[in-house]
Amino acid sequence: MSTIPLGPVIDTSRAPASGARVVEPQLPQLLFTNTHHLCPGCGEPLAIRSLAEALEDLGLVHTAICALGIGCYTSFGGTVDVEIVQALHGRAPSLATGIKRMRPDATVFTLQGDGDMVNEGLQEVLHTAARGESVTCVLLNNGVFGETGGHMTATSVIGQRTKNTIDGRDAAYHGYPILIGDLIARLEGAAYVARGSVHNAGSVARTKKMLRRAFETQRNRAGFSFVEILTMCPTGWFIPTGEGPDYLSSTLGEVHLMGELKADGVIRTTEELHAENVRKAAELDAQLARGGIED
Amino acid sequence: MTTATPTRALMEGSEALVRAAILADCKFFAGYPMTPFTEVLEHFAALLPDVGGVCINAESELEAVGMAWGAVATGERAATGSTGQGIALMQESFSEATLAELPLVIFNMSRSQGDYFQATRGGGHGDYRHLVLAPQDVREGVRLVQLAFHLADKWRNPVMLYGDYLLAHTQEAVTVEKVDLPPLPPKDWGVDGTTSGTGRSRTVTSLGVAKPGARPFGQEGKAQYIATKMAYLEREVRSESGYCDDAETVIVAFGSPAKFVKYAIAQLRDEGLRVGYVRPITLWPFPTEAVHAAAQGARVVGSFEISSGQMVDDVRIAVAGAAPVEFIGGVSSDHSGFGLGRLLDVDEVRERIRALHEGRPQPPVPGYEEFAYEPLPHQLAATPEVTP
Ligand code: SF4
Repeated sequence: MSTIPLGPVIDTSRAPASGARVVEPQLPQLLFTNTHHLCPGCGEPLAIRSLAEALEDLGLVHTAICALGIGCYTSFGGTVDVEIVQALHGRAPSLATGIKRMRPDATVFTLQGDGDMVNEGLQEVLHTAARGESVTCVLLNNGVFGETGGHMTATSVIGQRTKNTIDGRDAAYHGYPILIGDLIARLEGAAYVARGSVHNAGSVARTKKMLRRAFETQRNRAGFSFVEILTMCPTGWFIPTGEGPDYLSSTLGEVHLMGELKADGVIRTTEELHAENVRKAAELDAQLARGGIED
Repeated sequence: MTTATPTRALMEGSEALVRAAILADCKFFAGYPMTPFTEVLEHFAALLPDVGGVCINAESELEAVGMAWGAVATGERAATGSTGQGIALMQESFSEATLAELPLVIFNMSRSQGDYFQATRGGGHGDYRHLVLAPQDVREGVRLVQLAFHLADKWRNPVMLYGDYLLAHTQEAVTVEKVDLPPLPPKDWGVDGTTSGTGRSRTVTSLGVAKPGARPFGQEGKAQYIATKMAYLEREVRSESGYCDDAETVIVAFGSPAKFVKYAIAQLRDEGLRVGYVRPITLWPFPTEAVHAAAQGARVVGSFEISSGQMVDDVRIAVAGAAPVEFIGGVSSDHSGFGLGRLLDVDEVRERIRALHEGRPQPPVPGYEEFAYEPLPHQLAATPEVTP
């Protein structure tokens, strides 16, 4: 075990001397453009880019078919160079099922928001997982109906302010959020279940790995695969754009914890992930106290 | 590949319809059991795997239609089906599938003819129409199923087959043989993943969202495009008429009851009564011209339906005042509400047509008065005007 010393930290309190430059084109093959129609600070473009990169990494570009849900991300129907079958709100997993059964060699995935998947279409994703359908369902979870202007969804966390929980989501009145990944992980047909996030570079990299594992699961015909990605929605959360990532990690991210909920046949609940995080944080603190992070 | 010689065999209507669908190269079916549609699902489940197809027992009608939608989007022939309530659950998808130009075929085995509006007026959102074919018996059903798949592909539009308890459950001696239909262009729009990342990836969508290089519809444009397409679909109108040339009384009827009407009319003709019939084979588009033409020399036009009277509206539109139009059917089912009522009896049907022809009031619908609604006194009082 080597020890990485904590080197000089880049000063980010002042603007850099020169602006950022494009050194090489970095457009994934499955994107038409680097631009999007979503709000500044939205997390969905990051998630979609990661997804495009994961498919490219695995050499699955010319096999990809997306059953696309209805939400802000629907506008990506015009900017991703992926074959798309547009679904009704909530219905993408059924479409994906029909597509995959007829085209078993294609890489079939859904792209849905929390309103789409966990509210309107909850039974769709559960049954698709239970059938062990060889598709990948991707959930962009921001705990809010962004497209309608910031309303509570089934994943909004307790205390979260939305337009119809104006004093914050109250468990006694509005009920509790659904931890969808935990529900799916328990189903026999689900082979890979993970929860990622895009609130910082590390989480983006980790999420991309999860997406790769999910698509590998599909390629190996090992069963249903599922990746939930927590995304920023500063508009729907009514906060300044720049505060999105921190708000995400400190609110939604504290409830819908990042991690693999089912991999290689092992189920880990969100509570277990939480316990692990607590243990790791204590370990890290101890290492820092010793003067560096052990690799 | 074995090509079995079609032989005449006694089989249940549902099985014959399913065998016809498979003959039409249907590769996928998804459904949820519901009487009297259930046997259609059963036969697809039994027969599709043998031809390399897939049948899924979906968790609800919402998913059944979604799965069929996905399968159709690959360019394969696929279908779903249900009855009444189940069809209602599916209708959001029927309208959206029309906007997405999906050749989806729907087996609607209805509980009565009271789902005529549901079938022909939709129930889904927005401005949409889909073709509705109503076979009178199993033999015709075998042919219309194949036509349904053909028309769906020809127009890239959903097509519904409107059957009933009698069609689905009657054992008839039928020959399930291929109907000759002209070839259709290849479905180069169907998704298979191969065009992803090529700069010209396919999209099957109900929305106006377009990729670079594709026609930028926008939502309004897409709605206009579909609205103008519907006018062409009206060309597919089909009907059968009999004895209309000199008929004083013309009866319009569809589906299984039309077969009873035709038989009753033949009996009345033998007695010398100048009665004729028009049988819409397509419920949408409605055979407006055929009904109008038949009404030209008629004294009266009757609509016989097993419902409280729905198609009669279309008959009135078609007749357009050329003759008075009367409803001569009624609500009639068995005790379960799924099967045949006492009105579907050739003697009953014949006497209703005779009464219309002779200008007498209609005989009572059997069992009808027993359950007739009795208004409460406050309901009989006039409701005041509330707008100035
Ligand atoms: S409303 Fe929220 S989810 Fe929608 S584009 Fe804006 S930030 Fe993204």
